[in-house]
Formats: sequence, C-alpha cells, structure tokens
Amino acid sequence: MRLFTIEKRPSPSGGLVLLTSVLAILAALVVAGIFFWAWGASPLHAYRLILQGALGSKLGLAETVRRAIPLLLCGVGLTLAFRALFWNIGAEGQLLLGAVAATWVALFSGLEGPWLIPAMLALGFLAGAIWALIPALLKARLGINDVITTLMMNYIAMYLVLYLIHGPWKGPQMRGFAYTDFFPKAAWLPLVPGTRIHWLTLILGVLAALGAYILLTKTKRGFEIRVIGENPEAARFAGMSYTRTILLVMALSGGLAGLAGVGEVAGVHHILRQPEQISLGYGYTAIIVAWLAQRNPLAVILTALLLGALMAGGDVIKASLGLPFQLVNMFNGLILAFLISAELLMRYKVSFRPRRKGWAGRPG
Amino acid sequence: MGWETWLIGTISRALAYGTPLLLGTLGEIYAERSGVLNLGVEGMMVMGAFSAFATAYTTGNPWLGLLVAACVGGAFSLIHAFVSITLRANQIVSGLALTMLGLGLAGVLGRGWEGKPLEAALPALTVPHLAKIPGLGPSLFVNQNALVYLAAGLAVLLWFVLYKTKIGISIRAVGDDPATADAMGVNVFRTRYLCVLLGGVLAGLGGGYLSVAYRPAWTEGMTAGMGWIVIALTIFAFWNPLLGLVGAYFFGALYHLSYRLQPWTSPELLKTMPYVFAILVLALVARGTLKRRMNAPAALCEPYIRGEE
Repeated sequence: MRLFTIEKRPSPSGGLVLLTSVLAILAALVVAGIFFWAWGASPLHAYRLILQGALGSKLGLAETVRRAIPLLLCGVGLTLAFRALFWNIGAEGQLLLGAVAATWVALFSGLEGPWLIPAMLALGFLAGAIWALIPALLKARLGINDVITTLMMNYIAMYLVLYLIHGPWKGPQMRGFAYTDFFPKAAWLPLVPGTRIHWLTLILGVLAALGAYILLTKTKRGFEIRVIGENPEAARFAGMSYTRTILLVMALSGGLAGLAGVGEVAGVHHILRQPEQISLGYGYTAIIVAWLAQRNPLAVILTALLLGALMAGGDVIKASLGLPFQLVNMFNGLILAFLISAELLMRYKVSFRPRRKGWAGRPG
Repeated sequence: MGWETWLIGTISRALAYGTPLLLGTLGEIYAERSGVLNLGVEGMMVMGAFSAFATAYTTGNPWLGLLVAACVGGAFSLIHAFVSITLRANQIVSGLALTMLGLGLAGVLGRGWEGKPLEAALPALTVPHLAKIPGLGPSLFVNQNALVYLAAGLAVLLWFVLYKTKIGISIRAVGDDPATADAMGVNVFRTRYLCVLLGGVLAGLGGGYLSVAYRPAWTEGMTAGMGWIVIALTIFAFWNPLLGLVGAYFFGALYHLSYRLQPWTSPELLKTMPYVFAILVLALVARGTLKRRMNAPAALCEPYIRGEE
C-alpha cells in the first residue's frame, strides 16, 4: 500500500544538516508569505523589507546583532540542557529573573560606581540559575515533568515582574506609568558607538558558546551530560549521578538566560518594564536557535544571528505593514514545525518504492 | 456578604471556569493514552477562542462559533499528528511549535477583532426544578452554560469508553505497547490520529467556550496559559477522565479566587496562584506515588515504527 519506505540513516553529514535548516526556514517564509498576501501585502515586498531591515543597512545589521545577543546566551544554555535531555522551556522566566536581579542591584542595593555592572552580571546569573534549579530539583528528586514546571515558572516570573513594576518598585519619577525609575548611568552597559549593541554581553555570549563546547566535548563532566541524555540506563550503570549532572546543566542554562536578562535591562531599556517588552519571547525563540544548531553550542553563534536577523527584519515589517508583535511567534512556530519535519530527511532515508511484503523486523 | 453566598458563588464560578480546562484535559487524556503527547493545547485553545469569536460575531450564532472552533482545533491537531505520528518527529518540539503557531496566528489574525463586544453570546441557563434545591441549586444549576453540563457529561462518557469498552482497551493498548496492539490487529496509526484529533476538537471547543460563553469578547492573551495547566492536569488526573473532572473544577476555583481575593492582595501575585498550585500538586502527587512514572502510558512520546522496537 505504501508509496515510499523509510530507513534509518547512520549519521547525517554536516552539509545535510545545514541544507535541512535552510530549507526549513525557506519553507516557513513561503507559508508566512501566504499570510502576508492574505493580510493584503505583497509577499515579495514583505521579504524585501525583512532582508533590508536585517541586513540592508549598517543600522539593520546592528539590530540583527543586538537581537542575537539574548538568543545566543539563552541558546547556548539550552543546548546544554537539551543535551542532557532536560526540557528547559523556561529560559524566558530565567531571563526575566536575571533582569529583576539586575534592577535590584542598580536601584536598591546601594552599590555605586564601577562595582555596579559586575554585581549586576553576577546576581543576574545567580537569579536565573536559582529559578532554573527549582524545576531541576523537582525532576531529579521527584521525577516531575520538566516541560510543565519550567513553563509554569515562566508565568510566575512574568507576574512577579508585573507585581514589582505595579507595586513596590514603581518609579516615583515615572508619572504613574508602570516602570521602575531609570538606572543610574554607572549601571548602563557600554554600547558600540552608534548602535544598541551592548558588547560586553555579546563577548560573554561568545565565551559561553566556546566554554560550553569545551565542556561538552573535552571534559569528563561533558561526557556524562551526553551519556545521560543519550542513554540514561548506561549512565546509571556507569555510576554517573543524574541529580548532579542535571543540577549543573540547569544552573548553567538558567544562569546564562539570567545574563541575557541583565543585558536587556542594563544595555537596552535601563528600566524594568513590562515582561513582553523586556523579552519579546527571546526565551522561546532560543529553543529554535538551539534546535537549529543541532544542540551544538558553537553552531548557536550562527543560528542566533540567523534568528536575530529574522527578528530584526520582522520588526521592520511590523512597523511598515502594521502587523502585530505576535508575528514573531508565527514565524517561530512555522520554522520549528518545518525543521523537525525536515529532520526526518536527516535521520531516515526516504525512498519512493513500495515496501516489500511482510515485515522482517524483530517483533516488539 | 455571608460565607454561604460566597461559597455558592465560588462553586458556581469554579464550574464555569473549570469547563474549558475540563474540555482540554479530556482531549489531552485521550491523546496521551494513545501514546501521543500534545503540548499544542494552548495553541489549539487560542485558535478555538479566536475562530469562535469571529464566527459568532459575523453570523450572530454562538453555536456555529463553537462548531467552527472545534473544527479549527481539530485541523490544528492534525498538524501535530502528521508531524509526530507519520513523520515521527519529536513530540515535545512538535507540540511547542503548534503552540507558538497558534498564539502567533491568532494574534495576527485577531488584531482587528480586539475589544469588540459580542452581542451573540451563548445564553446562560437555569435548570428549572433543580435550581430550587437549597445550596446545591444555586451553586450548580443557576446561570450556567449548556456547555458546562455537556463537558461534565462528556467526562463520564469518555471515562466509560476508556475503561469499559473494546475501543478503550484498544486505545490504552496502543499507548502502552503499540507493537503488541499492532500484532493483535489494532490499527496503531489510525487510533493515534483519531485520539489526537479528538484532543484538538475538545481543546478548540474549550477555547471557543472562553470567547463566546465565559467572557464574550476576544483578547489576544485570553487563554493565559490554560493550555499548560491542562497538560499538568492530565498528569495529576493519572490519565483518568473522572479525576480530570475533579482537577479541572479545583483549578477553576483557583482561577476564580485569583480574582475574588484581589481586594486583599496584589492582583499580579494572585494570578500566579494556578501556576504555583500546579507545581505544588505535581510535587505532592509525585511524593505520594512510589512509581516514577505515575501510571503514565508506557509508550508516551515514542513514535511507532513497524518492525522496530
């Protein structure tokens, strides 16, 4: 009955991986084009706007890089968690906690001068890590589903930020708006002149990618992370500690997302404001970044830029075609759906001929 | 206000707010029982909410709105079914993609519809004789939507089908041991497709209930994470429709209280209540059960390939 057969492919080549990723993004753009058309805008015009907005000018390129910074930090952390098969869907909340911690240091800690920024980064990392360790502990100790807990923590973090900016941290100088006051100048991250690229966080992100790559491929700990993700049974027989490994990857994953949050409030906004303005869904988009990179931290540098370009381009069409913010989510969903469908091509060989009668496999 | 009125109001609203949760949970229980985790519930619900509102607003018929919501939810779930069952992609990632897609699409399409009042809302009804029972009457039978009773009845029906009929045995077999079920002549692919489809239809209906019955209006974030509460509910209902009924009403009450208690505490902190409770209940359930998987379908999340283990 079947028109095609599917066989397992031993291991996909690098070129094939790149090809499927690009194909997935192109397919998503084609489908998105149908929606642009339904919206009453010419798809070709929209594509040109995206391309110009992301890469066409110096300003566009700078915006691409700025968007890529939080994606890079969150994405690198997620590759670690996903390698250990811990489904951290909570980078969004961990990012927000980093932003909260940075805001506390900047406005309420009493610290001043050159110590401010290091303290913000350190506490931001810590806050993100702690937020991520709660689901990690719940999974390692009680076996509670990680997808759900990390997601619930996102909602709790979101409402926590809203509580702070509507309540105790509401800025007296903000004339009734739900923002905190502006951070003192010493708490602003330095920018590349003429852009909004907060380069300190960018460097941290690249270092994190290198560090995570070395951790995964060159150290005993990294070996344990991979074995636990690929074959938990074998890991247990070899005496590897699941709890210790999961706590480690989640502390790093959450901490890096926390750093991304510090970067957004200290580098871009200089206030704590509505969660969806601080983050724009970076924590969710980072899932795609990590998945596109085939869970390889070094490749995240590339994929973060790719999605950063898409976000920067999306900004431009939002502004000029009047499309809402949710457009980013639509793109994300489409890319992800096409990407995992395309993975079939990587993991399996599909040939278009009828299957032989009967099945020669082992019975389950 | 006496505590009796307060209690009656809370129970009555718990049923009303628990109903979309219940519909979503019943569908997810069936999908997961057949071995397919669908994390796209939030996306399917929000698409259901939007399509129901848009249909009811244009045609003036809320029932047609609900029908369209169920169809849209079902169509959306088929994307997940195709990607995860036929293409055997990772079910977690595929479900996440579905949620992102649903939130994005509903946000983009629904932009022009925000803030419009819906005249053609589903009418609330009062059951003639039962409403007169003291205490019970006003809490259960006054000013509720027909869908509230439909959902409760559906929970009983789906429980019966799952545990007492041949269809139910097939579904559970497919979710626990697809290879054996296949050898016994059960069509694994068809069973999984139909269960995922049922999940989508019910999630869409739950979303539609929100926008044409519970709060007749459309706002982009109106599902507010209910789809994720549904995923949690499925687990601590132990994949049992009747326990799902209890859990859905409990969380309905929590959602209601998060509005009701606002004079006393910050509304933002109160809104975290359902999420905090979801984590707490999961932790309690996990502590109370010795087995790690808590009776989960054994082949949950595993794609089925004939002749491969």
